[in-house]
Order: sequence, then structure tokens, then C-alpha cells
Amino acid sequence: MTVKTATGAPARLPEAAPAKGGFRAWLNKRLPVDEFISSQLTGYYAPKNFNIWYFFGSLALVVLVLQLVTGIFLTMFYKPGELTAFDSVQFIMREVQWGWLLRYLHSTGASAFFIVVYLHMFRAFLYGSYKAPRELLWLFGMAVYLALMAEAFMGYVLPWGNMSFWGAQVIVNLFGTIPGIGPGLVEWIRGDYGIGDATLNRFFALHVVAVPLGLLLLVMLHLVALRQSGSNNPDGIEIKEKTGADGKPLDGIPFHPYYTVKDVVGIGVFFVLFALIVFFVPTFGGLFLEAPNFEVANPLSTPAEISPVWYFTPYYAILRAVPDQRMGALLMGLAVLSFLFLPWLDRSPVKSMRYRGWISRTALALFVISFVALGYLGMQPAEARYVIAARIFAVIYFAYFWLMPFYTRIDPVKPVPERVTYHAH
Amino acid sequence: MADSAITADDGVDLSRRKFLTQATVATGAVGALFVAVPFIESWAPSERARAQGAPTELDISKLEAGQMTTTVWRRSPIYVVRRTPDMVARIAGHDGELKDPGSEESDQPAYAKNTLRSRSAEYLVLVGTCTHLGCLPKQRFDAGELYPSWPGGFFCPCHGSRFDLAGRVFQGSPASINLRVPPYSYPNPRTLLVGADEEKGAA
Repeated sequence: MTVKTATGAPARLPEAAPAKGGFRAWLNKRLPVDEFISSQLTGYYAPKNFNIWYFFGSLALVVLVLQLVTGIFLTMFYKPGELTAFDSVQFIMREVQWGWLLRYLHSTGASAFFIVVYLHMFRAFLYGSYKAPRELLWLFGMAVYLALMAEAFMGYVLPWGNMSFWGAQVIVNLFGTIPGIGPGLVEWIRGDYGIGDATLNRFFALHVVAVPLGLLLLVMLHLVALRQSGSNNPDGIEIKEKTGADGKPLDGIPFHPYYTVKDVVGIGVFFVLFALIVFFVPTFGGLFLEAPNFEVANPLSTPAEISPVWYFTPYYAILRAVPDQRMGALLMGLAVLSFLFLPWLDRSPVKSMRYRGWISRTALALFVISFVALGYLGMQPAEARYVIAARIFAVIYFAYFWLMPFYTRIDPVKPVPERVTYHAH
Repeated sequence: MADSAITADDGVDLSRRKFLTQATVATGAVGALFVAVPFIESWAPSERARAQGAPTELDISKLEAGQMTTTVWRRSPIYVVRRTPDMVARIAGHDGELKDPGSEESDQPAYAKNTLRSRSAEYLVLVGTCTHLGCLPKQRFDAGELYPSWPGGFFCPCHGSRFDLAGRVFQGSPASINLRVPPYSYPNPRTLLVGADEEKGAA
């Protein structure tokens, strides 16, 4: 393999680009393809003890691609505008060849996105993945989550069903609770004195162009930050601290082929479940597509019960639980934004729940219970017994975050081992 | 390049360079702000939307006592209720249960800032969107319809806000202020004009 030079000394060859000659060498001289593959995939060492919770990051990427592709095809048939939107969705469902499949893939994909992202976030709660040195990784992830919420909300308005309209009415009016600028801001967002054609068209532009661009950028930053600090793992041990003679982490294995192969299995299982929903229960009993949305938007008729799609109901329950408009909107916003502070609220010396004490474990269990319970309560009518229950769970929800600096300090933690726990299969 | 590193001795006035850089950045930022204005203002209601927001007339001569009719002004439903003397009587006596009985915090023209929140006792004109988050409160005009002490009024199905027959909000509702009253006038006894009054002309 040595190349003789004029002086007889071996020439230096680029390590990452083996001179296979021909096109590959030509390409690599102009575009660092092999260098990218070796630094990001075959040379990127991930902890060897990943478990089932580590499927959901790659699944989120898969769903993102699915939403982009199905979304592009839907825009080819959808017509924004208050007179055309609802009919064009019916056109897609009944007359466009395979249009029903494109739309059900997209609408089921929206819910799947949130399922996957919530599980991905729970993994971070479980193993302390948001703790130093991964604070920025967590913040980029939260920015993705916020962009996803905006994307989902505006996407839900586009079919211009009656729940689209009233959902938009409720959410846009939340901005009206901001002191001083509120009413003017609401009019500016709507572009009219009520939710209408102008609102629908700008939501379309934001949903198909602006927010997806932002999402892609944020996902890229999330991945770059991940590569910089490396993946956490179920033991919460930094594998970079124990390296072998070759400088590679002793507890790490190359991302490709080991985890790409693992992820492909996860993707296979995911698509089996996904297809079952798309083909057999695409509305998921009114959870993924709500019944009032099969009726065209009517500004003079509120649906009997307004409730958002399931992934927003925990926050919606908090909004309704407060008997004051401004405080309700404020607490709802705080409920979402509390996640951002997690890296600094958690004072535990230990990352993973495996080595935390009963206090942290109980707190996390209570938080999950209250999040699910709020999600259920947000779908129920605004009756006193549900509202009171929502208040109780909202208190637990906020206590989890804002008492964390105290209870994580007194939590009886266990010693963390030097190396990750791993049993070969 | 190592042996030709630029130092202050090479005749470069670094403080001058720094000032010019900062001045350029500041000027550029001001320019960017000006350029942002048309983009931001493009979101404001268009001329067409403004024209369609003109005042709207309603013939009220056929509205029976105790009935409510709805018209649309500026994309909002406008509730017009012809109250019976009994309904007017039921507006009194529960001021203690209201958040804003005197309509101090609420949004209404001066002539509707009274107990009945209207120009005359008979006709109640309200913007029919809940002041909480914009749903349409339903009519529950009969006494006791919601619970035994209910004096009659409006109930919002979305988040459970309750209002009396003058559109005043009850305590325990998520809405914080009374239902809004639009500007309105009576050009003649048979006609209600929503969106315009003597003070403001066409609002």
C-alpha cells in the first residue's frame, strides 16, 4: 500500500479515505464522504448497554421523514382557504388515488411523533440524560418539542373542521391574556377580527414551510450536540472516562453497524404497530382524529365539548383547572417550560434511576401518574369533579419540577459502578 | 504568515477599526428593523377584512320578549336578547357572587357600564364569545336551569364559565371579565346598528 515518492519516503495517505481509486477517491477529494461515515457512524462509539428505551430517538427521525414525505404529497392536493380547505380534504379522502392512505399516514404520524417523543423524553427522565454535560442537548431537544407542538397545532387547523376552528380560537385567544399587547397581538395573529381565511392561509405557510425548516435545523443541532457529548446510557456512566489502549471507550461499540442494525429492528416493529393503526383504527376512537372535525368549521356553533388532540390534553387540563384566565394561561405555559429547567433543578450526584434512592423514584412515578391523569382529565367535560382532580394532579406536576432541588439532595443514592453493567446475549 | 503578523505598529488604528465595525453593525441592525416592518404588518387585517368589519344592521321588531337572536359583526356572533321584566328582575340580588358586578374591569361602551349592561333594560347586546378563550356561551335563561340558585344567563360549555342575564361573570368561572358589549345604536326604533354609535361613528 505504500506509495513511493521521489525521495523514497512513504507518502502520507489520508486515513479516512482509503485509496480505492476511481470514483470513490475522486469523490472523497471533493466531498468528505468517508470521513463523515467514519467520524459519525463507524468511528462513533456508543455505550454498549443500550436497552429498549434507546429506540425512540431514531424512531423520531423516521417519523419526521414520514411526515415530510406524506406532507409534501398532501400539499399537492390540499387547497388552503376557508371555502376550499374542508372540501379539498374530502377530495383527498374520497377521490385522490390512495389519498386516504396519504392522509391517514400523516394524521397517524402526528400522534406517533408525540408517542415516540414522549417516550424519548421519559428515557431522559429515567437515566438523567439531561444532566451535565448534556444540558444543551436537552435544550435543543425541548426546542424540537416546542416546534413540534406548534407544527401539530397549526396542522390540526388545516382540515378546517369544526374542532380545527374552535381549537384555533381557544389557542390563539391564549395570547390575548398577555397584559397590554394581548388583544392587538391576537388580531395580528388572526389577520382578521376572527379566525378566518387569513388565519388559515398563514398557518398553512407556517405548517408546510417555516416550522419544518426550523425543525430540521433544530434536529441537526440536537444530533451535533449528541455527537459532541456522546450518548448517555442506562447506568448514567460516562464511557469516555474509561478508554482502552487505542483511545476508544472500553464500554463503547461503533454506532454502525451495531446500533444501526438494532434500530432497523425497532423500526420494523414500529411500522407493524403503525400499520395496524393506519389500516384498522385511523381515528383511534376519536383520539387521533376527533369526531367534530368531520363537520366543516362553523363560527356560530361551538362543539359540545372542545378538547385538543390527546398530546396536548395534560396542558389543557392545567389551563382549565385555574379559575382565572390569565393565571390559567400562565400556568399552562409554565407547565411546558418547566422541562427547560430540568438540568439545573436536578441536584442529584447520580444520573440514572438505577442508582437513585426511593425519593427520586417515587417523585418520577408520581410525575408520570399525574401527567397521564392530566391527559385523561383534559379530555373530560369541564365538570367540577374533573376540575378538582386536575388541580390535585397539577400541584403534583409542578411539585415534581420545582421541589426537585430539595428532594434530589436528600435522596439516598447508591454507589455508581466504574463500568457499565452489561451481560452478553 | 507567521512572520508578517499584524500588530498595532503596522499603522492599523484598531480602535478606529472597532468603532467602524460597531457603527456598521448598528446601522445594519436599524436597517433590518425597518425592513422587518412590512413583513410584520402584512399580518394585520387586510383592507378587505377591514371593509367587511363595517357596522351591521339588524331588524329587531320581530324579536319576541324572552327570545335571543344572533347576528355577525366582525366575524364574531352578536347576541341580542329581548329581556322580559322578569328576566331584568333576576339580574339583581347576586352581585356578591360576581367577579366584576360594576363592570369596572370589563370591556363595554360607557352607555353599557351599568347594572343591566345595556342602553335600555329591554335589549341586551353582547359579543357572544366567551371572554375566557372565545367559545360561544349557550343560553340558559330559565331560573334554576343549571342549579337551584341559578338566576338565568349564559353558560360556556368549553371551560364552564357562567354569566348572568346582563353578561356579568360569576365567581368560580375561568373567565375573568364580563361578556363584551359592542358599540351599538338604534337609528330607528325597529333597527339595531352594531358597530357604530353616536360617539365613535362607524367603529
